[in-house]
Amino acid sequence: MLELQDWIDKNTYHHSQFWDLKKLVETKEKLGLKISLCLPTLNEEKTVGKEIIIFKSELMNRYPLIDEIAVIDSGSEDDTLKVAKNYGADTYLAADILPELEPKKGKGENLWKAIYQLEGDIIVYVDADISNIHPRFVYGLVAPLIYREEVKYVKAFYDRPLAFSGNVRASGGGRVTEILVRPLFSLFFPELTAIIQPLSGEYAVRREVLEQIAFPIGFGVETSHLIDVHHKFGLEAFAQTDLDKRVHENKPTISLGKMSFGILQTFIKRAKTLGIFEKAEHETILRQFQVTKDQYEQNLIEIVEEERPPMIEIEQYRKKFGR
Amino acid sequence: MINMKTEEVIENLPELAKNLKKHREVLLANLVMIGEIPSPTFKESERLEFLLDRFNEAGLTDSSIDGSGNGVGVLKGTKGESSILINAHADTVFSSKTDHTMQVSSDTITGPGVADNSLGLAVLATIPYILKELDVELEQDLILLGGSKSLGRGDLEGIRFFLDNNSFQISQAICIEGVELGRLSYSSIGMLRGEITCRVPHSYDWSRFGDASAILTLNEVINKINDIRLPKRPRTSIVMGSIAGGTSFNTIAKDATLGFEIRSESQEVVESAGQTIQDIVMEVSSKTGDDVELDIFAKRSPGGIPYAHPLNKCARQVMKILDIEPRLAPSTSELAALIDKNIPALTLGITHGDRIHKTDETIQIEPIYKGLAQLIGIITAIDGGHCA
Repeated sequence: MLELQDWIDKNTYHHSQFWDLKKLVETKEKLGLKISLCLPTLNEEKTVGKEIIIFKSELMNRYPLIDEIAVIDSGSEDDTLKVAKNYGADTYLAADILPELEPKKGKGENLWKAIYQLEGDIIVYVDADISNIHPRFVYGLVAPLIYREEVKYVKAFYDRPLAFSGNVRASGGGRVTEILVRPLFSLFFPELTAIIQPLSGEYAVRREVLEQIAFPIGFGVETSHLIDVHHKFGLEAFAQTDLDKRVHENKPTISLGKMSFGILQTFIKRAKTLGIFEKAEHETILRQFQVTKDQYEQNLIEIVEEERPPMIEIEQYRKKFGR
Repeated sequence: MINMKTEEVIENLPELAKNLKKHREVLLANLVMIGEIPSPTFKESERLEFLLDRFNEAGLTDSSIDGSGNGVGVLKGTKGESSILINAHADTVFSSKTDHTMQVSSDTITGPGVADNSLGLAVLATIPYILKELDVELEQDLILLGGSKSLGRGDLEGIRFFLDNNSFQISQAICIEGVELGRLSYSSIGMLRGEITCRVPHSYDWSRFGDASAILTLNEVINKINDIRLPKRPRTSIVMGSIAGGTSFNTIAKDATLGFEIRSESQEVVESAGQTIQDIVMEVSSKTGDDVELDIFAKRSPGGIPYAHPLNKCARQVMKILDIEPRLAPSTSELAALIDKNIPALTLGITHGDRIHKTDETIQIEPIYKGLAQLIGIITAIDGGHCA
């Protein structure tokens, strides 16, 4: 296993490190890269217009960092596509892309079909429900791919200012990440615990990687990406960028249950394929995150679930109760 | 004007209005990003820093935050012997705690302060970009001023500081407000703005008056203000604009405050009405035994350029070409500070909007292009020497 703290220090960025958009665009142009932005949507009329305006103004008109903005929709019943088209995004119904294939409905379907429909060497995926949208959501993710050839997959993470005291505070993902995915990764894929927010919906990826991995259609898509890219290219292919705050609607616990169920299915499928469950020993260290000033550090907690046998196996017990 | 003659620009304004749609995303992105930064009066710095970043990106020299917190950018003219000042106030009536998320639909943008005056400030931020794209070069310097501390108790402190301390030769000025398109203000009316606060004194004998309440006392004040006889000519009004007081249903209100404004075409009438209110306050105070306090924190004097002033004529001509119906109305905003300095100035609106000063304040996107074309038309006319 790589020295994880070392990896975190080298591959974790803050979007402010990439403020110089002029330099970023120059480097992109020198490399002859084409970058596509994909916004997967389902009934997002309230937020999609704002996202397109800001990305188009800041990252196409002012600084030509992205070459196309595409909305790929799962069949919205509201005005999502109308608004998106009005502000100049290319709009597609997922079902119309590769129509000869049996259509499936889910975010993963839209992300997967984007690989076929869009032209970019790099595709950056941004959820369309972000209400505090800012150009950093794109350039923060694309920049490590432009500046570092060996990086193939850049994942977003966000500041979630939970209660904290002193200079140290807990940092990490949402509830499903901390309760389900992080413990699972700690057990079976400890290297992947270096990814601070494994479930974030924003990431930028090179085409050569996207075309080689499978896409669960539903909730498991982010989890499967991490496991598959890690398996094929190793942790060195990843980087992650702190995009500060992300404001979106909070989901009720019952929806998180559905999400977790989907993630578990994806996880088990991959764990079986990779023979993970057959390994005699699994890890006993839970790897969480904390922030000390600007430094992200893993917090390793040894949790060994010791067990007592059934009481009937204890001699003294049997003697006392005559069993 | 170097690349295009003023006449040419003016004649082509309707065409320009159509072409400005090309820059829609740049303007609206500025509007959304500016609008989402809370900017209550006295706390405009973050919004103005954003504006400064825009000025710097556009290559404006001498961009800076001045001693009063104004954001100033200068688009150098080819001659630069005199300057045109474009001003938009950066503060809004909303507190930092208000959710400032902007919502964009196909034809509207909604959010607190979007019309007053995030749009004005966004236009200011976008003007250098648009002029460059249009290949318009001005002879005069164009000073872009994002004004701090303008509204309410700010009392135009930002723009007054700038006007007192800058070293430019300002020939003429335009103030931009988000709404209403067609607004043409060229004069200021006399104004006096203040608050009346009633307080039940701590030493009050609670057993004597079961009905003791600061709200009742303020009610007395309001009735008396309402009885003030105001002349029809010169036109005069007293706006009782806001009221606050008390804490709950069943607790006697210990304090109550009225915000009001006296407005008149005549300075004398403003002052005499102000004196009458002062008398009312003293009378009610002595009758009720409550503390009644009058705090006057803003004043304006009537003035401005005449209807027939070339700048005014010019603006009306531009509006006519663009088929904008002018709505002439006096102003008590930044225009007043410019009038005090004898700088010929106008206030213009950029688009139509509604629910102003509500959290769902909304502007229409389509009329913005005309609003912008109008602004560019008037700027180029001033620059071409047609408005002096």
